[in-house]
Amino acid sequence: MKQAHTLVASRASGDTLPLDVKEGAELARAAVTEARWVRYALITVALLFILLFLVLPLAAVFTEALRKGLGAYFDALKEPDAWSAIRLTLIAAAIAVPLNLVFGVAAAWAIAKYEFRGKAVLTTLVDLPFSVSPVVAGLIYVLIFGAQGWFGPWLMAHDIKIIFAVPGIVLATVFITFPFIARELIPLMQAQGNDEEQAALVLGATGWQTFWYVTLPNIKWGLIYGVILCNARAMGEFGAVSVVSGHIRGQTNTLPLHVEILYNEYQSVAAFAVASLLAILALVTLVIKSVAEWRHEAEMKAIAALPPERPTA
Amino acid sequence: MTAMSSAVPPLAVVPASPVGKKRAARRVLPGFGLTLGYTVLYLSLIVLIPISALFFKTFTITWEQFWLAISSPRVLASYRLTFGASLIAALVNLVFGLLVAWVLVRYKFPGKKIVDALVDLPFALPTAVAGISLTALLAGNGWVGQYLEPMGIKLAFTPAGVVIALIFIGIPFVVRTVQPVLEDFEKELEEAAASLGATRLQIFIHVILPHIAPALLTGFAMAFARAIGEYGSVIFIAGNMPMVSEITPLIIVGKLEQYDYAGATAVAVVMLLVSFVLLLVINGLQAWQRRNSGAPT
Repeated sequence: MKQAHTLVASRASGDTLPLDVKEGAELARAAVTEARWVRYALITVALLFILLFLVLPLAAVFTEALRKGLGAYFDALKEPDAWSAIRLTLIAAAIAVPLNLVFGVAAAWAIAKYEFRGKAVLTTLVDLPFSVSPVVAGLIYVLIFGAQGWFGPWLMAHDIKIIFAVPGIVLATVFITFPFIARELIPLMQAQGNDEEQAALVLGATGWQTFWYVTLPNIKWGLIYGVILCNARAMGEFGAVSVVSGHIRGQTNTLPLHVEILYNEYQSVAAFAVASLLAILALVTLVIKSVAEWRHEAEMKAIAALPPERPTA
Repeated sequence: MTAMSSAVPPLAVVPASPVGKKRAARRVLPGFGLTLGYTVLYLSLIVLIPISALFFKTFTITWEQFWLAISSPRVLASYRLTFGASLIAALVNLVFGLLVAWVLVRYKFPGKKIVDALVDLPFALPTAVAGISLTALLAGNGWVGQYLEPMGIKLAFTPAGVVIALIFIGIPFVVRTVQPVLEDFEKELEEAAASLGATRLQIFIHVILPHIAPALLTGFAMAFARAIGEYGSVIFIAGNMPMVSEITPLIIVGKLEQYDYAGATAVAVVMLLVSFVLLLVINGLQAWQRRNSGAPT
């Protein structure tokens, strides 16, 4: 400790480093890190926690799905009900993700690029669906469009079905995934500031051109990350969709709901086989997300290394 | 960097936007009206109006009905389970989330990038999948359950199982809020403390912990808020016995299935109010975090 002390002191006063630089550097590091055994113990405990709570559940999905061999696995996936569940899940995500993408970009542009009264309130409200229980989210749509809801009698008179039908499932999915892309973009665009966009405008670009050629390349990784997480949640949502779906096999069953039905019917292998599709989706999501993050970091590093002026971001 | 983002510096070269209003003159970038208008419209249609429907519905029930629905013994038992299990799970995540974030930021070990990516698994894995998978692990014949059962520890289909599921879904919150703050932490402060003779533990408690405390609490509050509303992963593992292992969201679903819309609405309003309060707490914590890291809000 004493030697580390002198080292730090000598560095601070601008003196030349002591001759045994290597030893000194090690001592300095020792002063700001833990003893070797503490490090190993912490890493071990952290990895055990990850193993128990994340790796095991993931591995269990695939082992349970393959418990009776590949034949039974693919039989479960070939079932027409499974296919209609896949179709409905894809439809819901294909509507919810683009809607929330447009909203996310618009909201991030308004919130990150301008100052206005009520901005804090608006940001909080955008976050709201995150903290609402999925079950409550489903319930509010039942209260509006259900048989006893606000529009219930009108919808019934015009023979339009929203609750216990596909539109209800789409609405619930849109609600649940509402903030995902906006939340990803707002901090990113705030950190980048307005300088580059202003420069583009000065040089004569139109608003759209500025967005398309200046803003979008800057936020693309965050955008991809937001879209991919939004998509994963849209395809995997259970609680909200469960409340509005009515669980009609082959008609209003999404993949997660199909998993539940199979599981409750004690068709364990089939349930886990369908669940494994969702687990694969989750893994793909994590891979794309990680790649997007690494690429973003690499770009940031490349920008930071640019001479002669470092950007303030 | 944040100073830049909070205010648009007035640029003399750029002609003021065609709108002649005083406030608008400072806005150099186009599209404010369009994006804000669309944001507010979409927010109202998808979120605000539907949520207000819930409150309007409560006006159609009498106060006694409302009170009866939210304070029956079975519902009270569900609050105890939901809030108790969420609190325990969030506390576990507070400790282990800090540990995982610390290990990921400070140490090098093989497979670190994979672990880092895996932390987000609970965000990406559908809750129903997590639910049946954890149940399969902890059941009497499962990988983990077969070792616990002989010791008399039963986790599946008990309140303890609820806690396990809630730990799973809350893992990313603390890790992901603490990680960036730890990464930005200036090592010079630690070096200064070390040169003044502080031990590692003292440095951690008196230098590092105060700095990351807001982020830590934010992550804790987020994990807690998420756990309270969680439905998918819990219902498979809980066993759902009334008074024992029935969570509040399940009460709402049960009332809906019996076409008790008034009762379901009343309990939902209670949950929604709790969400509002937690959202405000999280917002406050985030503002504190920004102040703590020296950035203007």
